Amino acid sequence: MMEQLLDIENLWVKFPTRQGIFDAVRGVSFTLGRERLGIVGESGSGKSMTGRAILRLIRPPGIVEADYIKLEGTNLLDKTEKEMRAVRGQQISMVMQDPKFSLNPVMTIGNQIIEAYRLHSKASKSEAYAKSLEMLEAVSIRNPKRVMRAYPHEMSGGMGQRIMIAMMLIPNPKILIADEPTSALDVSVQRQVLDIMDRLVNERGMGLIFISHDLNLVADFCDRVLIMYAGRIVEVCQADRLHEAQHPYTRGLLNSLPRFDAPKPRLEVLQRDPAWSEAPSVSGRT
Amino acid sequence: MTMLDVKSLNVWFGTGRDRVDAVKGANFTVGQGESFGLVGESGSGKSTILRAITSLAPNWSGIIQVDGTPVVSPRPKAFFKTVQMVFQDPYASLHPRHSVDQVLGETLHLHGFREIDARVVKLLDDVGLGQKFRFRYPHQLSGGQRQRVAIARALAPEPKLLLLDEPTSALDVSVQAEILNLLADLRQEHNLTYLMVSHDLSVVGHMCDQLAVMKDGEIVEIMSVAALRKMEATHPYSQHLLHASV
Ligand SMILES: Nc1ncnc2c1ncn2[C@@H]1O[C@H](COP(=O)(O)OP(=O)(O)OP(=O)(O)O)[C@@H](O)[C@H]1O
Ligand SMILES: Nc1ncnc2c1ncn2[C@@H]1O[C@H](COP(=O)(O)OP(=O)(O)OP(=O)(O)O)[C@@H](O)[C@H]1O
Ligand SMILES: [Mg+2]
Ligand SMILES: [Mg+2]
Repeated sequence: MMEQLLDIENLWVKFPTRQGIFDAVRGVSFTLGRERLGIVGESGSGKSMTGRAILRLIRPPGIVEADYIKLEGTNLLDKTEKEMRAVRGQQISMVMQDPKFSLNPVMTIGNQIIEAYRLHSKASKSEAYAKSLEMLEAVSIRNPKRVMRAYPHEMSGGMGQRIMIAMMLIPNPKILIADEPTSALDVSVQRQVLDIMDRLVNERGMGLIFISHDLNLVADFCDRVLIMYAGRIVEVCQADRLHEAQHPYTRGLLNSLPRFDAPKPRLEVLQRDPAWSEAPSVSGRT
Repeated sequence: MTMLDVKSLNVWFGTGRDRVDAVKGANFTVGQGESFGLVGESGSGKSTILRAITSLAPNWSGIIQVDGTPVVSPRPKAFFKTVQMVFQDPYASLHPRHSVDQVLGETLHLHGFREIDARVVKLLDDVGLGQKFRFRYPHQLSGGQRQRVAIARALAPEPKLLLLDEPTSALDVSVQAEILNLLADLRQEHNLTYLMVSHDLSVVGHMCDQLAVMKDGEIVEIMSVAALRKMEATHPYSQHLLHASV
């Protein structure tokens, strides 16, 4: 059995709404080792809420419930909010789906990276500056000096994503939860960002939760995949066998991809079956 | 008939050492009813071209003609009845305190439509959201659901030219298929013209007739999708994109 970094049992995320309680995540269980775990699924299936719930970042009135969420054996649900703040960033980092939203709009990119870096190391200002430049270069930012002086709104979509990734890697976390981290990147830059994450998993033994709607990418990059539908896991498979997935929902997702080498006038759309959301959640434990 | 004509377009930001020449000498035309793709490196100036057309980038030179008329600053209201844009970032583009109903209702009202109620219902159905989302606020929506609201808002004034900045990159593949089919249907029904940015060649291949490849502020190649499919790209960066996509 693989050494488990994270062990989650029966996770629920609930939102009170006008029409009653809405269950965004419904009893999900899975483990994460020193591996690249993909979470795929259609929009609204609960991928982001699962990631945020681990860090207890669900905004009220939303509620997180679980039998436990264990980080190396300690239940995160027992921690105080203050203790959780130490977990966030130090031990578990998350790259949010909305990169620009997570950056401070009135502070230069450079000051934000430097501040984040000095929070985690005793580096001098000039060391931190040099390190920050290095990190921007690592995520293929051209002219990093200009970017250090710039504000978030002056960045393109993909640059914002890469800056967030650079910042999340600073504290050398045990676990990185990356929510759609490369959705705005062209293939060449995407490859470089994936290589960075790959090295962290292979060389430093980090655990990676990679949330994405790009099935080909996940099949290619991850070790294991959880497929979510309506707040539950409907199928779990080895990433390199994703294309052989059995569940009609997963098949539907695979078939709705446009293919450059095989054009067709209309794309297939998913025909949803109510039975998919009734079936109990599949366990994502190893 | 040419719907969009862009000639010698330069767009820059900042001054001195912070000056960025985001777009350098871009030339392309999009015929009425066509769908034109812009692909290329992250940071190469794709969004900036779209922003210059809608006057969201203040410093530019060159010629931009829409439907035969050169654009003027500030753009008159009628311009936005003709041209609408869907932004890359579905999080930033919706007002946090406006419900879906308000966003769509106000846009319709602004452009002088009647029977607003029925139109809001129709728009939500068109983008596959349905009525249960009508009174939600942006923070109560997932990323993909927000993008569909943004598309519904852009469709509301029944524009002729839609500028689509990565319209489906925040969407899962099943919603992407629905939205791309929807955009294809709308183009046919209303003879719409699209200028579409995407980093995904399969999406551009599916949606567009022609495409321009950008790198570092410049259009390095313009070709038909048919030629691209026959692997006839000549610029090394286009070839690189192509090889990484098949
Ligand atoms: N504050 C809230 N109140 C009510 N429902 C909410 C709230 N926040 C999120 N939801 C709902 O929870 C569900 C799961 O959302 P989540 O953000 O996890 O989706 P996702 O799988 O990440 O989708 P996407 O791929 O579009 O980002 C969605 O249906 C969303 O509308
Ligand atoms: N308001 C601004 N102020 C300063 N620089 C800007 C501004 N907006 C964009 N830029 C710069 O212009 C260049 C092109 O940005 P643009 O957003 O057009 O890229 P893009 O091709 O859309 O990239 P992506 O695929 O990552 O979204 C980038 O270097 C960016 O930093
Ligand atoms: Mg999400
Ligand atoms: Mg862009």
